[in-house]
Amino acid sequence: MSELRELYQQVILDHNRKPRNFRVLEGANRTAEGYNPLCGDQMKLYLNVEDGVIKDAAFQGKGCAISKASASMMTAGVIGKRVDEAEALFQRVHAMLTSDTASPGDGAVDGVGKLVVFAGVREFPSRIKCAVLPWHTLRAALSGAAEPVSTE
Amino acid sequence: MSTITRPSRAPDTTGWDVERIRQDFPALHQQVHGKPLVYLDNAATTQKPQAVIDALTAYYTRDNANIHRGVHLLSERATDAYESARRRIQRHLNAASPHEIVFVRQATEAINLVAASFGRTAVGAGDEIVISAIEHHANIVPWQMLCEEKGARLKVVPVDDRGDLIMDEYARLLGSRTRLVAITQVSNALGTITPIVEIIRLAHRENIPVLVDGAQAAPHQAVDVQALDCDFFVFSGHKTYGPTGIGVLYGKESRLERMPPYQGGGDMIKLVTFEKTIYNDLPYKFEAGTPHIAGAIGLATALDYMAGLGLDRIAAWEHELLEYGTELLQAVPGVRLIGTARRKAAVLSFVLDGVHPHDVGTILDHEGVAVRAGHHCAMPVMARFGVPATVRASLGLYNTPAELETLATAVRTAREIIGG
Repeated sequence: MSELRELYQQVILDHNRKPRNFRVLEGANRTAEGYNPLCGDQMKLYLNVEDGVIKDAAFQGKGCAISKASASMMTAGVIGKRVDEAEALFQRVHAMLTSDTASPGDGAVDGVGKLVVFAGVREFPSRIKCAVLPWHTLRAALSGAAEPVSTE
Repeated sequence: MSTITRPSRAPDTTGWDVERIRQDFPALHQQVHGKPLVYLDNAATTQKPQAVIDALTAYYTRDNANIHRGVHLLSERATDAYESARRRIQRHLNAASPHEIVFVRQATEAINLVAASFGRTAVGAGDEIVISAIEHHANIVPWQMLCEEKGARLKVVPVDDRGDLIMDEYARLLGSRTRLVAITQVSNALGTITPIVEIIRLAHRENIPVLVDGAQAAPHQAVDVQALDCDFFVFSGHKTYGPTGIGVLYGKESRLERMPPYQGGGDMIKLVTFEKTIYNDLPYKFEAGTPHIAGAIGLATALDYMAGLGLDRIAAWEHELLEYGTELLQAVPGVRLIGTARRKAAVLSFVLDGVHPHDVGTILDHEGVAVRAGHHCAMPVMARFGVPATVRASLGLYNTPAELETLATAVRTAREIIGG
């Protein structure tokens, strides 16, 4: 049960119940779709990027608690960041979720801020994709990819 | 942790010694995340009895050789074992002849074989193929590919809100351009048992052949292809307590005779020159290359195992489990069963209010309960019922009432953790 609590931290459950930036962003100049064919998670990400800065971010879609909370916290985390800062954050989050050794206190979770609540996902290999999906979708939106992002 | 009020009607275990049967399945006796394994993902694949594991080991330990070509003793033994497996499957399906039994990798390959071979010769532009709204992707995509290639059309029998096929609509879809009906006997996502006898009768009245996807039927009940009078019947070994990588295509001899080969290679030929190849007789015409010899032997052993328990008794036990499980889950607040057909096989597909199926799956796993969470390779079914995914508990002959109680308790736990 403690491992489960590590995965489903209160912050994550809260973002699942009340996702931030869960809306269509009118006038978005970057969008991308993400899709996890394994479990059917689907999301659409909207960004408004001006002068290399993410002025606003929002998302819509259906997904599990992990993917929804990840998208919610990601959008909250990247608003106001420069594109290169968002890319750097993607790299840090990705490393946290996929590295074998990282745990809170290790170097691998440095610089991810509140997103450290997702560190527990690493213990659930089948769920890593859920947490990563919004981040891959962010990257696709920033690079202007035309094809929907798939975790498979 | 919630407590469960035991529903009024627990399965009658008289004469079915499930604890003794469970001893035959070594994989059931392990802990996952510190909890005893409750394996409820049987529609994905079943665990294997020791007899099947031993048959595979014995084959590789003693008889391993290639078949149909060696003059040496091991090759003769391997050939005998392989062909006797074919006759075992013939008996299991009550097929008229062993020539009607083609070994393939699984039901998916069997359907692809029919789509490629029968489809190549019998389907043309403007023709129609009829499937249903509750098919597995394996009984959708091969026909879509064929239709695209030939300019043919795919017609889909709709289902009602319970998950039953709407038979009036089915009858209306059958027409002069219908070349084949391909429909499942049991839905993997919902558990619906389709009225397959009626489906075949109506199609045959119009001289339309019928392929029955038996992947989910074969594990749960006796199959008699002559009584059904189906033209093709397909199933997978690994869902009937046999090995992965082996499956069966049954086809009426008269149909298979007229069909061109599926793949070319060794074993499917009589004579090869660079000018012309003479194809082998049935069923070898459809078995190019070295087959999964051990798999065929393992599958025959699995069918022996099921027959030893009694196919009708397996069906009766699973039906009792299904009724008990339905009652238990319906008593859990927030649970909505998806698929409530009048006749159902041992599948409990459901959603939990406010909790995504993927989260339910993870939490159940931590309670030792293995289920499938997702679209079950039946995305059109999910779309029809307006859900992105479901949690699916699918039962097998070794499951117990106590395991269903563990499932129901774990579902309550999921609701507590993710919350409403």
